[in-house]
Amino acid sequence: MEQFTLFTDFSLIRSTAGRLVLTASDGTIHDGVFPVRAFPISAPAEGLSLIGSNGHELAWIASLKALPNATRSLIEEELARREFMPEIRSISHVSSFATPSTWQVETDRGDTELVLKAEEHIRRLTHTSLLITDGHGVNFIIRDIDQLDQHSRKLLDRFL
Amino acid sequence: MNNKILPTIITNKTLPAAWQAAAQAQLENNEDICAWLEINLDAALHFKKSLLLITNRRLVSITSVEVNALVKHAIYPFKAHLTLKHHDNAGVANIELFGGENGEVRLAHWFYTLTNDFSASRFVKQFELQLTSFLNGQPIVAEASETCPNCQSPLEADQDECPQCSSTIDAPPSTWTLFRLWRFAKPYQWQLLTGFLLMLASTAATLVPPYLTIPLMDKVLIPYQNGAPIDVGMVALLLSGLLGSALLAWSLGWARTYILALVSERIGADLRTITYEHLLKLSLEYFGGKRTGDLMSRIGSESDRICVFLSLHLLDFATDVLMIIMTSAILISINPKLALVTLLPLPFIAWMIHIVRDKLRTGFEKIDRVWSEVSNVLADTIPGIRVVKAFAQESREAKRFREANQHNLIVNDRINKIWSLFSPSVTLLTEIGLLLVWAFGIWQVSHNEISVGVLTAFLAYISRFYTRLDSMSRIVSVTQKAASGAKRIFDILDHVSSVPEPSNPVHLDKVVGQIEIKSAGFRYGNRAVIKDLSLMIQPGEMIGLVGHSGSGKSTLVNLMCRFYDVTTGSINLDGVNIRSLPIAEYRRNIGLVLQEPFLFFGSIAENIAYGKPEATRAEIVSAARAAHAHEFILRLPHGYDSLVGERGQGLSGGERQRISIARALLIDPRILILDEATASVDTETEKEIQKALDNLVHGRTTIAIAHRLSTLHKANRLVVLDRGEIVEVGGHDELMAREGAYYRLYQAQARNVDTDLDDVDNNDALANSQMTHQEASA
Repeated sequence: MEQFTLFTDFSLIRSTAGRLVLTASDGTIHDGVFPVRAFPISAPAEGLSLIGSNGHELAWIASLKALPNATRSLIEEELARREFMPEIRSISHVSSFATPSTWQVETDRGDTELVLKAEEHIRRLTHTSLLITDGHGVNFIIRDIDQLDQHSRKLLDRFL
Repeated sequence: MNNKILPTIITNKTLPAAWQAAAQAQLENNEDICAWLEINLDAALHFKKSLLLITNRRLVSITSVEVNALVKHAIYPFKAHLTLKHHDNAGVANIELFGGENGEVRLAHWFYTLTNDFSASRFVKQFELQLTSFLNGQPIVAEASETCPNCQSPLEADQDECPQCSSTIDAPPSTWTLFRLWRFAKPYQWQLLTGFLLMLASTAATLVPPYLTIPLMDKVLIPYQNGAPIDVGMVALLLSGLLGSALLAWSLGWARTYILALVSERIGADLRTITYEHLLKLSLEYFGGKRTGDLMSRIGSESDRICVFLSLHLLDFATDVLMIIMTSAILISINPKLALVTLLPLPFIAWMIHIVRDKLRTGFEKIDRVWSEVSNVLADTIPGIRVVKAFAQESREAKRFREANQHNLIVNDRINKIWSLFSPSVTLLTEIGLLLVWAFGIWQVSHNEISVGVLTAFLAYISRFYTRLDSMSRIVSVTQKAASGAKRIFDILDHVSSVPEPSNPVHLDKVVGQIEIKSAGFRYGNRAVIKDLSLMIQPGEMIGLVGHSGSGKSTLVNLMCRFYDVTTGSINLDGVNIRSLPIAEYRRNIGLVLQEPFLFFGSIAENIAYGKPEATRAEIVSAARAAHAHEFILRLPHGYDSLVGERGQGLSGGERQRISIARALLIDPRILILDEATASVDTETEKEIQKALDNLVHGRTTIAIAHRLSTLHKANRLVVLDRGEIVEVGGHDELMAREGAYYRLYQAQARNVDTDLDDVDNNDALANSQMTHQEASA
């Protein structure tokens, strides 16, 4: 196996092709770098990895705060485009209490519908937060069940 | 083959009505819409619909359905160096448009969820076709195959409906689940009818005694109190009537209960068998997503609960309803006024039952789910007990169980709160009802409207009647429990296998063994595991699949076995799509040897003959010989009759593997799949297995996955996979000369060979010691 060393000192720019380009301290240039969170659910702010287009890790960022502003905003911008986990604010209607069931939901990214294929696609993250995977693999999160309105809670309760 | 111009109008027709006007407004003269794609996310990944259009001269992005909207529509006229690329990540798919001097500048970036991913790949293809046609002025030549009108995917000649569209989610099952049990009751309808008639008769018999109290009171006891002598003959007649009706009710009741219990037990058994049979037909995808404990409890205890419900509770309930109807009829015939007062509390109780039913139903569904959570903890921990003990986590697992149990307790407590209030309330209403009858009855007696005998008869009737009401109220909870159990069973029965049997199966008389993978794609959840992969495997050829772990080797093999169906593209056997072959018939042609051989509980002979139970002993022995398993089997105390356990305890990894090779040899398959068959054994055993495999491979189309490249020396071609795509194909020498991906893999392994061996030695000390023992005695 070829050994890859992690770069601690690097610069990041966006190319005209819209990809992130990393220039390492040793002068090597990596086109098409993308950031990945190590703990997207439990600790989104900690531990970020920059992955090269070949799938190997190039750099590890323990905390985004430590980075220069320009680099940080580039990474945040890229993360915003790659991360898609709409947060459910309320559930307005469910087609049935038996699965598969189509839910009309209001999320932080607008109103949409999701298809719950089976009850076990609702995963309990903590006592009050849930991760719901719809039939097409999109993950919806409910950060705090107690914050939902009564109607949504009632509907949700039938599936828990 | 007829070359025709693509029917652009057809695609135009299917454009959603909402977009029609906005799209037409963008079109210039002589411009046709060639393809469209509805995008459901905006640049900030918010849910917002927009439309991408490809016409014969440009790409248009429309962001609003309003014709004269102020929003800017983006227009990208066709020109050289334009490319459209699509890829996806974590549930979001991207389409990027590149252009500029050398096609290196990103002009636009669109996002959508994977809901309509399939049409997106068609869309990108259309874009390329239209762009080339625009640039070189040549009309587009259509593919000869039929396409699905819905999603534009190509249809096979023998397929009526599109496999892409028909595999989408079906409607949820109806809530009247208990009535669906009729499907299972139908074969027993005559027994059920007999049972019902017996029930009518026995209920009627139980209603005779209170009626006899009227003459007993009015004609015997009251005249006696007034000085008249007791009429012994009449008393004897009435008392024998009482005894007779009791005996009749007893014998009829016995016959009824026996017949109906017999039937319900059979219904329960059928339900279990059919559910299990259906479960076995479901694809691996279903088993991957379910937990063993949950499935076991559904088939075991839920069907039992339904059975008890049918034989006990439903029976009692029906008897009670009959009794109430008959009693009311008798009461009204005796005295309508008093009957009315007696029946007064009935609507109240019915109303209460209705209220509580709603609350309890959801509660019981919840209890079921919590209950399977508890059994899931057990199903997780018990098979993994070695890991639990090795890491000294007993207390933590105990805590997990306690928590699940605690959750169970909380949910039950909540239900019991409603439930416990229910029975006493019914009893209270009963007492009040009795009070009413007493009061009204005394008033009527004092006005000489009824005799004392009639009042006693009424009291005798209704005290039975109300106690029945109390037990009837129990039907609410048991019905709900049974209904939720039925729902969970029908969940399995309603689940359509994601690997469906073809509606018009094609039968192959003789399988040659040519496999063609045509631009196959497969997606697991939101991850594309196989991307647009094409490969032609000739009959009798041995293909070695090589690549890092996670490169899609095992997935490709699973697709070939049809454990899953490809998301796009197709896999053909001898030129026929494997989707149109009956599944069992197709798999009979495949011999599969896995990394972890699974031995069922039974004798070694039974395990070898698993795929062909009718095999003769001679066949079993010759298969075992060819698999180099014969000798070690003979060394076992009971030879071929030795019992092997669930995971083949008592046999080493290499021995188990050779039994599974013998199993594959016995069915004499045309296609052989070896999934890391030698990965979990040491080098010495591997040689032994390799010899067995060489016998197996001979003359069959073979697809072998091997982590250790040296085991693939016999392969005609090596296929190197990386992240779901083929990167290299060729013989060992050819690929080594090319110094590409294979060369790197090979070099890396050659360097690590020492450590690799050490690892294996430590891993399977048991196998090793048994092997050396074997070598010595051989």
